[in-house]
Amino acid sequence: MEGAKDSLPIVIGYFSVSFTFGIMAAKAGFSPWIATLISITNVTSAGQFAGLTLMAAQASYFEIFLTELIINLRYGLMSLSLSQRLSDSATTGKRLLIAFANTDEIFAVSVSKPRKVTPAYMAGLEIFPILGWSAGTLAGAIATSLLPPFVQSALGVALYGMFIAIVLPVARVRRPVAFVSLLAAALSIAFAYLPIFHRISAGFSIILCTLIAAGVGAFFWPVPDTKEADS
Amino acid sequence: MKTYCYIAVMAVTTYLIRMVPLVLFQKEIRSPFIKSFLYYVPYACLTAMTIPAIFTATRSPISAACGFLVAMVLGWNKKSLPVVAGFACASVMIAEALMKLI
Repeated sequence: MEGAKDSLPIVIGYFSVSFTFGIMAAKAGFSPWIATLISITNVTSAGQFAGLTLMAAQASYFEIFLTELIINLRYGLMSLSLSQRLSDSATTGKRLLIAFANTDEIFAVSVSKPRKVTPAYMAGLEIFPILGWSAGTLAGAIATSLLPPFVQSALGVALYGMFIAIVLPVARVRRPVAFVSLLAAALSIAFAYLPIFHRISAGFSIILCTLIAAGVGAFFWPVPDTKEADS
Repeated sequence: MKTYCYIAVMAVTTYLIRMVPLVLFQKEIRSPFIKSFLYYVPYACLTAMTIPAIFTATRSPISAACGFLVAMVLGWNKKSLPVVAGFACASVMIAEALMKLI
């Protein structure tokens, strides 16, 4: 129950973000059922948004696999860290379940606890955010068909507004993050508009921009402690 | 049918990334390069997804640019995610309404 209580702020945040995902999915032509199915089986924001774009573009399975791998690679590190912080009662079977919803926020809360966390705590912490994430998606997808075109047009920037709100405050105080972001933006523009990169799809463009910009950042500005990377 | 296959590929990939380290690895990654790389990944990725896509996300590049500018100013001033997203949307609506008048 303690986990469920700690998850309340996450649930509220997830509902609003997944509401946007539901809208995006509906605008891309997917039914509320499909949108909700994506949320319930993936429970990840950036990966789902990117996946949606690729699905709408009828990308190859390999492209989708590679995109999800790159975008969600950070979860590997979080799971690695979380594996050290689970109590002894976390058997392999329970770890298989806990892994399902190890999101940025759930990871952040679980490692903020002073002692090792139990599987019961993790269950409480994960269940309601999963439900909130799915319910928000459903609500957003259903609401979209009821919205007039000018509202739908305006909602097109909602997701990007959130991305900007995630990146800018960090880029403002950490120069390497600012440089990495600017490099990613420059590369992304180049891939989109330069004729020589014409054959690179939107999906691979995101992968390449991420690999190059994050690689350059890691090469020139190693991060001393990744704890601060999890916020 | 293809849609369900897409969803399955996404779900299985995402799950495996989360599951494998949690079940298999007991030691922490020591490589500063990999740790740093993973630290920068979200910022590089989110930026690449936003730019230039945001400028074609609305009915007009001009209204989209208004939304972009508002999001940049509010994000720079550390406003919360719903606030930044909400005002960006509102500015698109206002811009499109003004464009109709002109």
